Order: sequence, then C-alpha cells, then structure tokens
Amino acid sequence: MNLAPRLNVAMHGPAEARPIVFVHGFGCGQLMWRHVAPAFAEDHRVVLLDLPGAGDSDLSLYRPERYTGLEAYRDDLVALLEELDLTDAVFVGHSVSAMIGVLVANAAPGRVGALVLVAPSARYLDDEGYLGGFSERDIEELLGLMERNHLGWQDPLAGLVAGAAPAEVKLELEDSFCRTRPDIAAQFAAVTFRGDNRADLVDVRVPTLIVQSSDDAVAPMSAGAFIRDQIPDSIFTVIETHGHCPHLSAPVETVAALREFLDRR
Amino acid sequence: MEPAHGTADPFERAPCGYVVTDGEGVIVRANAEFLRMVEVTAAEIVSVRTLASFVSVAGRILLETHLFPMLEHSRVIREIDLDLVTAGGRRVPVLFNAGLASPGGDRSVLAVFVEARDRHRYEEDLRHAKRTADHAREEAAALAETLQQTLIPPAPPHIPGLDIAAAYRPAGAGREVGGDFYDVFQVSASAWIVALGDVSGKGVSAATVTSLVRYTVRSFAIDHPDPADLLGRVDAVLSANDTRHYCTLVVARLERHGDGWELALSLAGQPAALLRSSGGEVSELGVFGTPVGLVEHPRFTTVRHRLRAGSSVTLFTDGVTEGRGADGMYGDERLHDLVRDLPADVQAVTDGIARAVLEFQNGDASDDIAIVTFAPQP
Repeated sequence: MNLAPRLNVAMHGPAEARPIVFVHGFGCGQLMWRHVAPAFAEDHRVVLLDLPGAGDSDLSLYRPERYTGLEAYRDDLVALLEELDLTDAVFVGHSVSAMIGVLVANAAPGRVGALVLVAPSARYLDDEGYLGGFSERDIEELLGLMERNHLGWQDPLAGLVAGAAPAEVKLELEDSFCRTRPDIAAQFAAVTFRGDNRADLVDVRVPTLIVQSSDDAVAPMSAGAFIRDQIPDSIFTVIETHGHCPHLSAPVETVAALREFLDRR
Repeated sequence: MEPAHGTADPFERAPCGYVVTDGEGVIVRANAEFLRMVEVTAAEIVSVRTLASFVSVAGRILLETHLFPMLEHSRVIREIDLDLVTAGGRRVPVLFNAGLASPGGDRSVLAVFVEARDRHRYEEDLRHAKRTADHAREEAAALAETLQQTLIPPAPPHIPGLDIAAAYRPAGAGREVGGDFYDVFQVSASAWIVALGDVSGKGVSAATVTSLVRYTVRSFAIDHPDPADLLGRVDAVLSANDTRHYCTLVVARLERHGDGWELALSLAGQPAALLRSSGGEVSELGVFGTPVGLVEHPRFTTVRHRLRAGSSVTLFTDGVTEGRGADGMYGDERLHDLVRDLPADVQAVTDGIARAVLEFQNGDASDDIAIVTFAPQP
C-alpha cells in the first residue's frame, strides 16, 4: 500500500538534505505549518502530511475501529518513514502529534534523529499531583460543542448528488481549511484528550526541543514543564505568545527556536 | 460633545455583543451589550482579559485548535455556536462571527456575539431527537438481523443416508426482514420434509407471515404425507389469516426405502426443482401450482421420483433466476448450464449457484436468494 499519496504527503527542498517532518495536531492539517515549514526548505528535505482522517488525507483510509489510540497513528507514521526511506529525520509535532512523535521516535530509533515538541501535553486531564488543565466534564463538553459546530462540513457526495457544478465543488475544497468529517473529528478529540503518554517520555533517547507558548490554555506551562522533567537533556524554550499555536501566532520566534536547536548539533 | 441622534456611536449601541481584540487576543474594546452579556464593566476587562477567557474551557479548546487557525487562514469565521461564561459563572449560549480587523499583518480581531438561548434550546431538542432516531434505527436493524436469523435454520440437520446443503443470501445490505426461508425437519422414523419459500413483501408483517407459514408446514406435515395436501392446508390457514402477504412454497417429502429415497414434491408458485442425473443432465421436476394464500381455488400437484445414486435435487427461490445483471435476468438456461457443469457435490452445487448469481449481479443481489440441494449418499 502506498501511504504517501493517501496522507497527502508534500515534499520540498533538496532530496539529499536532512529530512524534517512536520506533523499537525488536533484540528486542521498541514497548512498549519505554512508560516514555518518554508523557512527550512533551503537546507532540509521538508516533508508535510495530513494525518489519517484530517485535511486532504484519503478518508477511505480512516476506519474508526483502527484509530482508537495514538498507536495507530504511530504505526502509520513509522510505515511512512520506512516507505520514504527517511533516516535521522527531525520530527516536528504540534499538540497531540508531539506525543505521536515521542511514540514514533521510541518505535523507530534510526528513523527519527531529533524531536521538536510544539505545545505538547502528555496528558490533558488533571490527575493526582499532575495539572493537565482539563476535567472529564470539559472533554464531554468539547465533544458536545463539536457536535454543535460542524465548521462548514458537508458531505461532498451530498453536493455531487444535488448536481453541484464541478467549479463549485472545487471552490468548496479550496476553502476546506480545518474542515474535518464530524465523526472523525469527534473520535480524534476523544483519543487526543483522553490519552495519557506520561510513561512514554522517559524512553526518549533523541535530542528533544520543547516549544512552550507562554499563555496556552490547551497545553499549560505545567504540562510542558512535566515533559521537560521527564525527557533527559531536553531543551525547553518558552515563546512569549497567547494561544496553542505558536507556529501561527509567533512564526518568526518559532522558526528561530527550531534553528537554534538544529544548529546546536 | 454628544453625537447627533441616530448617529450615536454605532459600536457602543449595536444590538449585539461587539468586541475588538489586539493581535494577541486581548480585549481592547467591548460594547455595552457584550458587557451586559458577561456581567462585567469595561474597566474590569479592557487590556486585561483575552476574548478566549470568556469562553468555557471546552470552547477554548475549539477556539485554539480550530477557530483561530481558520480565522487566521480565511480572515473570517461565521455562525459559531459557543457558550460565553459570565463573571458569575453562568453560561450564555451565543452565535458568534469574527473577522480580522485589517488586511495587513496585524492580527487584531472584530467579534460579534448574538445571544441564542431559545435557538439553542430548540437545536438541543433537534439533536436529542436525532440521537434518539439514530439509536432506534440501529436497534431496528439489529432486531431485523436477529429475526432473520431465527427464520433461517443455521445449517440443515444431519440426515442418515442423505447429503444436504443450504445457502441463504439476503438482498442488498440484508437489513430488511421477510423474504426467503427454508426448513428441514423429520416427520417419521424414515421421512423428512424439506420446505423452501418466499413470502411476498418485506418488513415485520412479512416476517410474521414467514413465521406462520413455517410453523403451519411443520404442524400439518406429520398428518399430511402428501405434499399437495399439505400445501392445501397451508393455503387454507393463510387465506383465513387477515394478511395481504402470500407465499410461494415448495415442499419435498423424502422417505427412505431400503437403501434408496422416494421423493414426493409439490410446487406452490415456486420454480420447478432441478434434478441433476448421475450423468450430469439437468431436468425440471414438479408441476406448476398456485402460490398459497393468493387465489380462491388453489391447485397443487404432487410428483414422485425415486432418487438414484449420483443424482441430486436443487430447490431455489426466484431470486436465483430473476437476479438482474448487465445481461438482463440470470434465467433458467444459465442456471441449467451452471448446474450441469458444477462438481457433483451438494455443497459445491449450492455454493456454486449462490456465487454465480451474486457475481452476475456484481455482488449486490436485488432479491433474497435461498437454495437447498440434497442427494442420496452412495
């Protein structure tokens, strides 16, 4: 099976350069990296992709009974790294994909040579002696909110049946940023926010950069600091910005943090 | 100076909550309606609170992971259904639109909120009704499947001296009950009945008729060894029953004599049975009869045949011959040719027919298919 086209993989930059793989988190797709990824295309092999079920990935690839945990995403990404034959790659994961990156690095040590965790959290729910920032009730409410907001999603087949002209369909697709099939988005939310990857952190053996937003309600400072304390020799960089997406709200600072980390080695 | 009447600050007097934030999401201006909605004063929030901080925890996740990225990309988001949280912790359901304030690099945001309490309640009712309907549909589908399973015996019983195989394929997605059935049961120390039929129509009422026909056949079979007599009894019961469904049926009685089998067979609206000789020739067995429960003067005829070693008999419902593919109906001729060429084994014949008919219809059967094949053991 050819994964790359089904995960909408796009590659830029010199083929022989060190690979840097950008993986978006919960919500939206590879377009989230549009202010950051181009800065690395000169001296890296930039790899962008949409996770199964997200962005413009092949939705027929998504089977709900398979994607019940991050392990399925890990297995897909390990398979993709093998298919593209990437070694010593820099894995840049945002949000939940930071934890997917940890799992991929632990499962395929030769393939991943460095980890960049952007706004990571190893567990979103509060626990004894651990502040994740969320309660189970918040997660229930999130799933309810997502049911109330389909964010413009409509079954593309419904449009075709209604006889929409091809031009209209194309327009729909061009404006599809962040649209996800509601049932897939709900399952991904549940997998993301109910996961617990705290135990996986101590196994990380590759150089790791944690990019923490100074005011992030989704991945609070306590979540980033926990990861810093668990991953030996990790670098913890705080970017002064509001929100969960420093690669959108502070792209220049984010690029600078990545550059400094990569130049260190 | 007080502005003239009618041109008084439209921002301040707008009949909706109106908020402006700086590029970092911190509120720089909020109008009276917004302050009323969230029960605060301007002094408490301007330059202090972010817009996101007035949204529930869950709402903040949606904002941070979906809405702000969409806003940043598309410059505008519309019709977002969220809860604001007041200073006192009360929820205010709102619909909210937002746009980037300037086309340049500045990411400051204009946001408009409309309270949507009634609409929200109404939509909550709709969502609840939809969930209930979805649940009921799943239950009904599961029930249909279970019911269908109870109408079809899982596998024919073991009959000493006789090989027997059966197949059943529901039409389409197989979510609808009714339709075809078969039954194999013993009526004396040396005799067995094979019945196969097709009730007209679909759904629950058809399923109850299927059940009625099956148990009527069973209860009359012992006292009516002649299949045509038996069909007459079933016809009387079904005609007396207040149902619009009728049934096509074939009843075969198999009686063991020494080391051979005597077959007595009667048709009620069913296609003739196929007899395949030990040499492979295929012929039809049975005399046309009326369906049970349909006409005032039914007519059933019993034919008798001594089954020879190496021969086999196949009963099938019209879903086999009337299956529609690109080349029209499957038809008798194709079926005869197929049975002649299949290996002489009851399982191979039964499965071979089911597979060929499904393939002919590209895997999507337009009607149920039921097939039973039996043959004396050598």
